[in-house]
Amino acid sequence: MRTRLKIAVASSKGGTGKTTVATSLALALADAGSVEFLDCDVEEPNAHLFLKPTIERREAVELPVPQVDEAKCTLCGRCAEVCQFKAIAVLKDTVLPFPELCHGCTGCWVLCPEQAISPAGREIGAVESGRAGRIGFHHGWLRIGEAMSPPLIRAVKRQARQADFTVLDAPPGTSCPVVESVKDADVVVLVTEPTPFGLNDLELAADMVAALDRPAAVVINRAGIGNGRVSDFCRSRGLPLLLEVPFDRRIAEAYSRGEPLVAAFPEYLPKFAELCRSLQEMARR
Amino acid sequence: MKIAITTSGKDLDAPVDPRFGRAKSFVIYDTESDQWSVLDNAQNLNAAQGAGIQAATAVVKAGAEAVLTGNCGPKAFRALSAGRVKVYAGVSGTVREAVEKFLSGTLRPAAQASVGEHAGMGL
Repeated sequence: MRTRLKIAVASSKGGTGKTTVATSLALALADAGSVEFLDCDVEEPNAHLFLKPTIERREAVELPVPQVDEAKCTLCGRCAEVCQFKAIAVLKDTVLPFPELCHGCTGCWVLCPEQAISPAGREIGAVESGRAGRIGFHHGWLRIGEAMSPPLIRAVKRQARQADFTVLDAPPGTSCPVVESVKDADVVVLVTEPTPFGLNDLELAADMVAALDRPAAVVINRAGIGNGRVSDFCRSRGLPLLLEVPFDRRIAEAYSRGEPLVAAFPEYLPKFAELCRSLQEMARR
Repeated sequence: MKIAITTSGKDLDAPVDPRFGRAKSFVIYDTESDQWSVLDNAQNLNAAQGAGIQAATAVVKAGAEAVLTGNCGPKAFRALSAGRVKVYAGVSGTVREAVEKFLSGTLRPAAQASVGEHAGMGL
């Protein structure tokens, strides 16, 4: 039973219930072993509203960006040539970095033949860590106006201590921040709703996890609305449909009060425990 | 001096492209010799990011000292300023009309970007 398991909860559509599922999963797992919870939605973290952690540390996160020593620079243009993000430009007799476009890849300062470029820190946000009961809790806050979230997500992931279970709550979508959150998970839970919107976005998310070669399972939230096409899709793609949470006003009310699903409705605890067991099985295969 | 005019065509009778970074091409016009050539900007038209910076780099490399265009965003403006290129925004009509307006001295260089980030992406 003591296998280390990393579960990412993702959804290509926002507002499907990722956090509802991730927080309840973490609370259910806390009965079986140590749990670390990582809210990777650094643009709009919200898991703390449900798990209500006591924050013990806060740390600024910086991204290394180029700083040019004009005295050493020969304007050779190598830096601008290697930058895939157009974050540094050579213009007449000067080199102009655009730190807000820089992904911190290190290319320009590693490859500068004159060693005229060195890394300087640019603050992109902060990570906070603490405890929510038995659960180790970590999340990040991206600086307002900042577009570069993957480095901050990596920083959130670095905070996690060794534990029996790690639950990552991914940001919505299928782009870089989501890939960063799910790429090293043992298993990915895709949360969706049984509507045409949910299906469209589930197809995108399923393709993303397939491209990352991660095993995935589906949880349907708000079951009872929409139609049966999400279930058909899961069958056709061989995605196990492991749990359905019904569309129920009482669940929405508990959510609006910041109560985790399994705390407000303890009858869901065994269902989430069962979900955990199935995920563990999948990861073992 | 050389001036760069953004255009959606490839000659003096083509319209001025209102975008700078994502203009289809630039006419590089030499005001001393009245000779001109076309600088293609197609690679930046669909760039994910940095179109304005790349376009500015190309214009600076082409030796232009002024840009005539509809709008210019903040990063392109920073890059053009670093390359000591003056920006004349709010220019419309054909490339020929733009050059004539410039030569008549009625255009005033911009002191700052004329639009916000990514304004050329929806056009």
